[in-house]
Amino acid sequence: MGLLTEFFKGLKVTGGTMLRTITGREVVTTEYPKEMREKPQRFHGRHVLNRYPDGMEKCIGCELCAGACPAHCIYVRGMDNDPEAPTSPGERFGYVYEINMLRCIFCGLCVEACPTEAITMTHLFEMSTTNREDAIYTRETLLMDTQGNVPHMFPDDPLADQEELLTADGWLRATASSGAAAYEGVQMWQGTPGPADWDPEPDQDARDSKQSDDADG
Amino acid sequence: MTWEEIAIVVLRVVMTFVLLLLVTVINVWAERKIVADMQSRIGPNRAGPWGILQTVADGLKLFFKESVTPRKVELGMYLLAPFLAVIPAFLIFMMVPWGAPFTIGEYEVALQGADLHIGLLFILAMSSMAVYAVVLAGWSSGSKYPLIGGVRATAQAISYEAAMGLAMVAVVLWTASLGSENALSLASIVEAQQGTWGGIIPRWNIFPQVAAFVVFLIAIVAETNRAPFDLVEAEQEIVGGFHTEYSGMRFAMFFLAEYVNIFSMSAIAATLFLGGWNGPTFGPPIVAAVLPTIWFLIKTYVIVFLFFWIRATLPRLRYDQLMSLGWKRLIPAALVWLIVSTVAIGFRQFGAPWS
Repeated sequence: MGLLTEFFKGLKVTGGTMLRTITGREVVTTEYPKEMREKPQRFHGRHVLNRYPDGMEKCIGCELCAGACPAHCIYVRGMDNDPEAPTSPGERFGYVYEINMLRCIFCGLCVEACPTEAITMTHLFEMSTTNREDAIYTRETLLMDTQGNVPHMFPDDPLADQEELLTADGWLRATASSGAAAYEGVQMWQGTPGPADWDPEPDQDARDSKQSDDADG
Repeated sequence: MTWEEIAIVVLRVVMTFVLLLLVTVINVWAERKIVADMQSRIGPNRAGPWGILQTVADGLKLFFKESVTPRKVELGMYLLAPFLAVIPAFLIFMMVPWGAPFTIGEYEVALQGADLHIGLLFILAMSSMAVYAVVLAGWSSGSKYPLIGGVRATAQAISYEAAMGLAMVAVVLWTASLGSENALSLASIVEAQQGTWGGIIPRWNIFPQVAAFVVFLIAIVAETNRAPFDLVEAEQEIVGGFHTEYSGMRFAMFFLAEYVNIFSMSAIAATLFLGGWNGPTFGPPIVAAVLPTIWFLIKTYVIVFLFFWIRATLPRLRYDQLMSLGWKRLIPAALVWLIVSTVAIGFRQFGAPWS
């Protein structure tokens, strides 16, 4: 008799699951190419080279990212800015910028090393290619345009989610070295590609005043 | 025989055949969908609306695949086995009446492949033939896992066929006691279940023969090698069992036979115990003519659904558990029920022996 009750208990479990699945309460599968799961805010996706809101490139060609890279997948060559029409606010800019995505381990050390927050990581993860050359991302593929859109290897690809490209990264803001009180109201960097119009972080004022207190004392 | 009579026979067979293929296409998809629902998955949804053409896609794929023949096979038996699986599977369903007879002109067309007066015996014989397919496939593959699967199939089929046969005998005796002259024919078994008791409870055999129904249900699950009795093709233990060495269309035939068997066994259970195509008919003549088939399909699909439900629920039995359930539980239960039911029928027909 015990066996029989167990049998009906089992039927109840599967039957209940079926009812919940049919009414859509328990399906955990997302039909991936059709619908994208929301990725965590600090997701390490492919890189992007950012611009200042005025359109200047942030990269100054210092090669610190290449030095920090444990996989040696970044190659940077700097070049002096043309004083008449500078590409970046500094002395130099990243003239050649290549990341070999076959080698990259997506650790994010380049992002931490960058002094100007020029390189950050997006939520893009669809990077499959049919030949090795395409896996080496150049300056052209990495650099966002002046509107803040991140270029995609295959812009016509249904997988290229333009919405996501515009709201790519958040984690950099949390770890940024900038944001000191002296620059209140001055936008030095932006964590999100695109037009810079974000609100200050909730406790920005408190932190700024603490920093200025420390400086005074 | 006039040509009209021949045409009617051909029509009956073709209609039954088409119905069987159609429901099999739906069943394969339905099983995957239902089991997916029971496991919180989505299931096939790419081919056609709700993935309903998945079976067609699978069939086409298997059809165009290479049928590999391993070097060590016994070629004759190896090639014969898939046909031995499919042909009895289809023949079994030919015995099942799946709708009320209707008349075209002066001829009566029964919706049944063929009404043999030994229908039930034929079904038992054919389901034994299907075991040959599994055993021969296992043996002729010249490989160890198929052989194990084949041996398991023999033992399992013999054990559970006994229980199934005994449950059938109880029904046949009951039907005969109701005054049916041809209690082995499925058409007369359905006829004997017409009407109701007191206008409410239908005169289905499940009510007087409930124990036989339970035994029969368990036995047909084992007979069709379905979970939890799928030791014959236990993927986790013996790769694919008897069909390990089959590929392409030859494998597809085993696959087809399995699903045809599920449906025809469920149809037999519905016919023997749930009144077959009996049910209230109403409405205009065309609706009234189609309704019995719909009742039949509903009853059959209740049992088919039970097959899927049990498959999604229960883990596979161990071999000794399988044997002990068959020989120590089901067969004694079926025997005891047969005796009880026979005695009851005897009392009813001839009165108590001491009176």
